[in-house]
Amino acid sequence: MKYVDEFRDPSAARASADAIARITTRPWTIMEICGGQTHAIVRHGIDRMLPEGISLLHGPGCPVCVTPPGMIDAAVAIASRPEVIFCSFGDMLRVPGDAGSLLKARAAGADVRMVYSPLDILAIARENPQREIVFFAIGFETTAPATAMTVLQAQREGLTNVSLLVSHVLVPPAMEAMLSDPANDVQGFLAAGHVCAVMGTADYAPIAKRFGIPIVVTGFEPLDLLQGLYLCIRQLEEGRADVENQYCRSVRPEGNAAARAAIEQVFAVQAQRWRGMGEIAASGLGFGPDYARFDALVRFPDVTVPAERPTGCISGEILRGTRKPPDCPAFGTLCTPEHPLGATMVSSEGACAAYHYYRRVPEPV
Amino acid sequence: MNERPTFSPNCPLPETDGERIELAHGGGGLLTQRLIATIFRPAFAQSADDLTHDGALLDPAGTHLAFTTDGYVVRPLFFPGGDIGTLAVNGTVNDLAMCGARPLWLSAGFIIEEGFALRDLERIAQSMSAAARAAGVRLVTGDTKVVERGKGDGVYITTSGVGTVVAPAPITPRAVHPGDAILLSGDIGRHGMAVMAAREALGFEPPIQSDCAPIAAPVLALLEAGIELHCLRDLTRGGLATALIEIARDGNVMMQLDGAAIPVSTPVRGACEILGLDPLYVANEGRFVALLPADEAARALALLRRYDAAAAQIGTVEARGEPGGITLSTLGGSHALDLMTGEQLPRIC
Repeated sequence: MKYVDEFRDPSAARASADAIARITTRPWTIMEICGGQTHAIVRHGIDRMLPEGISLLHGPGCPVCVTPPGMIDAAVAIASRPEVIFCSFGDMLRVPGDAGSLLKARAAGADVRMVYSPLDILAIARENPQREIVFFAIGFETTAPATAMTVLQAQREGLTNVSLLVSHVLVPPAMEAMLSDPANDVQGFLAAGHVCAVMGTADYAPIAKRFGIPIVVTGFEPLDLLQGLYLCIRQLEEGRADVENQYCRSVRPEGNAAARAAIEQVFAVQAQRWRGMGEIAASGLGFGPDYARFDALVRFPDVTVPAERPTGCISGEILRGTRKPPDCPAFGTLCTPEHPLGATMVSSEGACAAYHYYRRVPEPV
Repeated sequence: MNERPTFSPNCPLPETDGERIELAHGGGGLLTQRLIATIFRPAFAQSADDLTHDGALLDPAGTHLAFTTDGYVVRPLFFPGGDIGTLAVNGTVNDLAMCGARPLWLSAGFIIEEGFALRDLERIAQSMSAAARAAGVRLVTGDTKVVERGKGDGVYITTSGVGTVVAPAPITPRAVHPGDAILLSGDIGRHGMAVMAAREALGFEPPIQSDCAPIAAPVLALLEAGIELHCLRDLTRGGLATALIEIARDGNVMMQLDGAAIPVSTPVRGACEILGLDPLYVANEGRFVALLPADEAARALALLRRYDAAAAQIGTVEARGEPGGITLSTLGGSHALDLMTGEQLPRIC
């Protein structure tokens, strides 16, 4: 398949891994930010192609995983109202908050629908003028433009029965929070290519400079990841801390101007709670003052967002990169994808779920 | 008296526009009989006695019978490459084939929602008729019920099937041996992606066609060629990975699969990439795996390729293990395959 097979070619991958081995003289710890990258690394076995001593940590970039359980509880509360049609991305449906999941709410009679794009809710809103249509707007800078476009289009059409439960998060503040943690081991980052395709790369230069850490904007296919790792390790070996762009076939330094404009028009940056990581300043998007009427928490003022309950789950440390999934005593026993205790087991992009699906049987000798 | 009587001699039948299913179609009276006479019997009956009694009288040629049943609740009812009718016949025919049996007779139970278009029911019955002819089975008995509007999803069909066992030895995971070859009868993932694309109006161009088809013919061809079949499994819900994981666990064997050898068509791969799904876990309706002795693999593969050029050997059975498991070779080595939790859901990004 064009544009996929070229980036999965086994001999090219082997050559990239050999190139990494040639330049590596010391152990390094590198974090890939995005859950899509984690999934590809574990699925294709990229980490097992690397020289000994290169350690990959799996970052907080799974939007489903970092959505706080209190937001899911609020989603369930809204979805359970008889007048509401609640719309969500597919993989959010299964994720439990502290009071059940949207799938369980659907089984109990709630009208919960899976959509592929937030824009799909506009048609549902037009067809159901008597119902309240609510979209669960989660995700990073990648999904925020579509959310913003949905709000702008709803406003243009004068749809009054549309609102959104927003839990959008931003990557650079989370990177800074991790790097400011004294327990942090991360020496280099593979930044999330798709986030940068929207936002550009300008936010990363100050982080690289302030923390003296190389940041390589990286794609999602095996050869992208290997090349991103090569560039990152080369910087580490040479003592550099620059921002480099491996994913230049998608990422322009300035990002996508139209997408950024839509985000800036609709949303304002605010403090944000992350599942397992607590509140991080300026790490989320909320409605700006002109669009507050689209906020589901304004539309349904009696719905509250409860604080996260402590569970003993180490997903916060996994998201910050200080522990790995098998370090957790509950991994694969008390905590499984069927009964997740925490953030990183709930979505297939979460580090614990990726390890659970792909790494429970030891590699055959 | 010349005056005509004021009463009508007709039965007070409920009014019908003749185009939609009504509750009375399931009532056992005239409308039921009319439904059977106009839609089901023309589609299914091959002799004057067929479908006229409460049950079918069968005269099995062999003494060993295989018997199976399955319910079909697909949405949408019509999708590229088939419909609920083709599915209901092929699914049950294929289950019989997986027992090493020659499918002979089917029953069909219809649960139809009030208001369902007769035109659609007829189309489904014709699909079933065509699928039954293609598979060489006869639909010999059936049942029709109508439920109130809103209490069904258009139509549900349950089919049961009987066949005569042709395989000389039991076909079961416990018959699988270390060293066995794992053959796959064609490319995977078509049915699941065709149905998902149709259900969610994803509009892939060209539309992905379901692989829905009877697989009795290739299985019988293998048996008639004297090939020793240890285990067969059709790859329905849960796809290739789930079927093999179940066989590995039930047979207590380890399997090694070659990821690059598993045929997946470009449209299916593309759709799976877009939606973040793994084709190994996507449903099929006309594909099976055959586990058989390695020295028979080449001959078996040549036979399978007469039915589908994409048939391939995708792996081997490695060793006994407790419990059994599967490793899939990848770029960087290999990883374990595990059962999915629930259905695959499209990923956010």
